[in-house]
Amino acid sequence: MSENEKKPLLKVEHLKQYFPVSQGFHKIPLKAVDDISFEIMPGETLGLVGESGCGKTTVGRTILRLYEPTAGRIAFEDQVLFDSGELYDEEGNQILDEKGRPKKGRRVEVNMLPYRKKMQMVFQDPYSSLDPRMTVEEIVGEPLDTHHLYKNKKERREKVLSLLETVGLNAEHAMRYAHEFSGGQRQRIGIARALAVNPSFIVCDEAVSALDVSIQAQVLNMFEDLQDKLGIAYLFIAHDLLVVQHISDRIAVMYLGHMMEIADADELMNHPIHPYTLSLLSAIPIPDPETARHSHRIILEGDVPSPLHMPTGCPFRTRCKYATEKCAMERPPLTDRGNGHKCACWNR
Amino acid sequence: MTETENIYKKRQILSAQIDLSKFNKKNFDKATDEEKKQQEVMGESSSFLKDGLRRLRKNHMAMASIIILIALIVAIIVIPMIVPYSYSDMITVNGHRDGTAVNLPPMYYSQRELQYMQETGEKLFPHILGTDSLGRDYFIRVVYGTRVSLSVGVVSAVMVLIIGVIYGTISGYFGGKVDLIMMRIVDIIYSLPDMLIIILLSVVLNARLTPLIKGTVLAKLGGNMLAMFIVFALLYWVGMARLVRGQILSIKNNEYILAAKAIGTPNGQIMRKHIVPNVLSIIIITTALQVPSAIFTESYLSFLGLGVNLPMTSLGSLANDARATITSAPYRLLVPALVIVVIVLALNLIGDGLRDAFDSKLN
Repeated sequence: MSENEKKPLLKVEHLKQYFPVSQGFHKIPLKAVDDISFEIMPGETLGLVGESGCGKTTVGRTILRLYEPTAGRIAFEDQVLFDSGELYDEEGNQILDEKGRPKKGRRVEVNMLPYRKKMQMVFQDPYSSLDPRMTVEEIVGEPLDTHHLYKNKKERREKVLSLLETVGLNAEHAMRYAHEFSGGQRQRIGIARALAVNPSFIVCDEAVSALDVSIQAQVLNMFEDLQDKLGIAYLFIAHDLLVVQHISDRIAVMYLGHMMEIADADELMNHPIHPYTLSLLSAIPIPDPETARHSHRIILEGDVPSPLHMPTGCPFRTRCKYATEKCAMERPPLTDRGNGHKCACWNR
Repeated sequence: MTETENIYKKRQILSAQIDLSKFNKKNFDKATDEEKKQQEVMGESSSFLKDGLRRLRKNHMAMASIIILIALIVAIIVIPMIVPYSYSDMITVNGHRDGTAVNLPPMYYSQRELQYMQETGEKLFPHILGTDSLGRDYFIRVVYGTRVSLSVGVVSAVMVLIIGVIYGTISGYFGGKVDLIMMRIVDIIYSLPDMLIIILLSVVLNARLTPLIKGTVLAKLGGNMLAMFIVFALLYWVGMARLVRGQILSIKNNEYILAAKAIGTPNGQIMRKHIVPNVLSIIIITTALQVPSAIFTESYLSFLGLGVNLPMTSLGSLANDARATITSAPYRLLVPALVIVVIVLALNLIGDGLRDAFDSKLN
């Protein structure tokens, strides 16, 4: 591996995204994403899994600054896109001043427009993510317009057609409206739109969840082909573990806005450490009934706590069979367990 | 029967297995390219506009209303070119004012006119609806009144449209505090009693505007008329603004708006390219329904004597003038009232037709 390749494409540190929720006269922060850090290498796929409402989508949107982050630092290709200025020591603890308030550095907010060309997004719902009043050509051409990526009308049309071809649609489709397509075709249009600016990083927000299984496979393979051809890095958000395992180089597991475990895909699937990951993995349906009969399903008790009233210490402790007093006192840090396998748990 | 073919034969009579021996091999040929192509045929690409127009054409009431309205518009443009009388002056015969041509019933000539026709053998244009108490041809006055009423309706609807759409779009799109403040302003305007404000403003504005517009084209319409336009513009956009805001709040949450943001499309362009086209149908419908309501308001303001300046007229002021002769010449009230009814009804039906055709929620 050369020196150049080791640099992460995207570096997210201590990212926090709180949404104010008003309860009567009070405003309580809903901690959708609370202190998440990870890196993505060029050309790599990071899978992000977790149950519904755990903040996966928020992470994706916050990285693209579609939401203004509450705190944290986002760097892309060595350029800091956002930095709220909080300082952290090497162990990841916030540096406080004498009065116990967080010490603040310089706040950085970069104009995102040039980076919209490099970071793109594919959306979950192929129905609501395409404007019903626009033809496919207009939809795919919109990013070209915004970033002035063509000289004349002819070049624009050629670019649109070649993009459609890349995602497996043909020129005849360009003049049609989104409602005339099937779900899989619509998702391809969404992908063509994301590819139009030639990005080096794409957030796939549950990009295949709304599709049925046969189409999922087609679209997933297309994502992989595009990665091979164009060297795009993905943040692949999904709740289907098998899909994530199939496409990801590394997998991160989220629970209630916190990162629980992150490791290479095979490592995580074969040697999970965190009790939450264990129960997630045990929930994967096994196609062979004979094996399934002997497998042990870890069923979690209770419900996910409300992100408005987060449990103290470890967010998972209310449903964890290993939970001890320490878990209630202090939040476990994400520690390295060797080979880049990181896990946030006191007991395992 | 050979051994291989025998495999496909039904083994039991009650079995659900398909008896393949009944088919020959040709039935299982792969589809040729030509046959495959037949499967690929998609329906004619139909845009939102085409779809809507197709549905509108099927709505007979709306189509009839459109035809009536177009006929009416053509009539009020063409008729003043044909009819030789003026809406503002007494009828003249041979250059002299005709004092005998007062309060003529429909299709009658005055004594002097009859005399003149006998002398010269020339045929004068008939007074289709007779004349009014000042000796003016009533038919041409109705035509001019219709002109004024329709243009009041259209102009005020356009003003409401422009202000309401811009205001509502900004308020709905930016949301939060901007929305809060802008909508409270709307609430305040909404809570004012319309009629009182209209009357007060048109009185005050009329006094201020009349000297300002002296000598210009606008003077013909009169300060009252301009005051009315301003009043409409000031008061009636709030309904449109609320409606547009509500629509935008729901459209804003669609992922295609988020996608446009992720692309880096500027806010103004998102509004123009994504949001406004998606609320356009609602906007068009509301505007179409705004026209009759403006005509209505103008009519009763004119009826109250707050309308256009004399000698210009409108349907409302014609009806008002006709009250004096309601027993001797009831048609003078009936005709302008009928025209108002026709215009308002036609526009309402068109508005309804447009809503049925373009509002996607109803389909």
